[in-house]
Amino acid sequence: MEATGAQPASREGGSTIAVSEDMSAGYSGKAVWKDANFEIRKGEFVAVIGPNGAGKTTLFRLLLGLQRPLAGRISVFGAEPKRGSSRIGYVPQQHTIDDESHIESLELVRLGSSGKKWGFNLFSHDDTKAAFSALESVRATDLAHRPLAELSGGELQRIFLAEALVSEPDLLLLDEPLSNLDIKREGDLLWLINNIVRSRSVAALLIAHNINPLLPYLDKVIYIANGKVASGKPDEVLTSEGLSALYNTHVEVLRDSRGNLAIVGIEGHHGDVE
Amino acid sequence: MAFSPNLIADMQQVWHYQFMQHAFEAGTVVAVVAGIMGYFVVLRRSTFVAHAFSEIGFAGAAGAILVSVPAIVGMLLGSSVGGTGIALLSRRSSHRDLYIGIVLAFSLGLGLLFISLYTGYATEAYSILFGEILGISSNDVLLTLALSVAVLIGVGLIYRPLLFSSLDEKVAEAKGLPMTFIEIAFLLLVAVAVSVSIQVTGVLLIFSLMVTPAATAQHLASRPRRVIVLSAIIALAATWTGLFVAFYEPYPVSFFVTAIVFSLYLIVRVFHRKIVGPEESQGKRTGERPRIHVGTVAHEASRVEPAPG
Repeated sequence: MEATGAQPASREGGSTIAVSEDMSAGYSGKAVWKDANFEIRKGEFVAVIGPNGAGKTTLFRLLLGLQRPLAGRISVFGAEPKRGSSRIGYVPQQHTIDDESHIESLELVRLGSSGKKWGFNLFSHDDTKAAFSALESVRATDLAHRPLAELSGGELQRIFLAEALVSEPDLLLLDEPLSNLDIKREGDLLWLINNIVRSRSVAALLIAHNINPLLPYLDKVIYIANGKVASGKPDEVLTSEGLSALYNTHVEVLRDSRGNLAIVGIEGHHGDVE
Repeated sequence: MAFSPNLIADMQQVWHYQFMQHAFEAGTVVAVVAGIMGYFVVLRRSTFVAHAFSEIGFAGAAGAILVSVPAIVGMLLGSSVGGTGIALLSRRSSHRDLYIGIVLAFSLGLGLLFISLYTGYATEAYSILFGEILGISSNDVLLTLALSVAVLIGVGLIYRPLLFSSLDEKVAEAKGLPMTFIEIAFLLLVAVAVSVSIQVTGVLLIFSLMVTPAATAQHLASRPRRVIVLSAIIALAATWTGLFVAFYEPYPVSFFVTAIVFSLYLIVRVFHRKIVGPEESQGKRTGERPRIHVGTVAHEASRVEPAPG
């Protein structure tokens, strides 16, 4: 699996995709987290981790321009984020697919690029071609004519990824694509996402609960918990000293013999977020 | 008049009557438009909304009859006002069905009042509720045609954004699609489609052309355009057969139409299961999933739960 270029190297000098300066975010005036500072560069693979309700999806909504920061600044592609950027590919955590509708995968992928166009296009060869090339990059051309409702969790995630890729974005936002997958499928999907990040030089933010399967691939981690946000290279951010200082409490980052991480000391406190 | 084994002669006999000609003309137009719009109604899970329109339309029609205006005008007015109102309630609002239910009940009450105030024939109310396709005039046919063409042009214009927002609401929203505009445009188109369909099926049987054909067609094809065409064909076949049979039998056309689409739905559901078989239709599934919410199920407990979560 590691064969296809896990390059957790920093990419200094790559162009900036998104910057957050002292940003606070939340709903109806109440902050979920405060003072987030981070930068995302072209072609970086970034994990966004943190407990439930910590505000990980909120970060995506800010990047998508669906929500404004309460304080501070965020810029994406050098400007304030605006809803509808075709340079961002988004895979939300929840898709509702009706079991009664037998719509084939190709249609959804094709809509990823053509869904914004008005009017009725009878033939749409270009859209179909683009859709097939997106399906190819997630190795799912064999699923093109299968009804969505019949696909497995891993197959569906590949289709959603293709739907996000079809507009050839520079930034991918993937909200918990790994949940619901068993360990084997989780590994396969990560390998695939890493491949796409490296071959297309697209920056990817991936929300996950478990950072360990991601560690071999990551350039950066954004850790959101207890109303605070830490970011940087995984080795630098996820240390006992760093997190203890940030959270003003004793936090321990434990490492097992295979390099798996566990963070102890913050979990009990995240109740104040909701 | 008796039915003979010679179908061509039978058809000639049916077509001999002008009211039957009008019925076939209006029925054809309505079946096509209801079959097509029905696909989106089913896809967007808006069947309750469509039902509400027909009852709000009933109040409008009854009011129109009371003040001697054509019923269809009242229906259009009632269902379009209702449509805009419902569209403005967010699609995601969990109380939406509740509000629709409350407005729907009041509309029916209002319709009842109008009918009791009306001193003319009670058959008017009956024909709004259950459809009176055999009483359609040539003017009605033209109006139906004009409105239906308008609906089809409208749905053609918003086709792709409508499909996208129906299939993948969150991504469509993030992509910058004007969700409220699409919803209002869609519901207004449904309002007009419902108003013209009511002439054939009546208020209470609107689903027979608006929902059942589309629900049946969904099981027969996986590309939206094919489903839409099939849905229109099913609605058309049911309407034609219903009219033809009702010409010879002393029972209402609406009954035959509902019976035909219902039987087709049952046949497709039962038969489809058999020909597709459990292997293919259940193939890679992880069990029965009436509706799939990807990513909502908790993670396996066995996994190494590391850091947070």
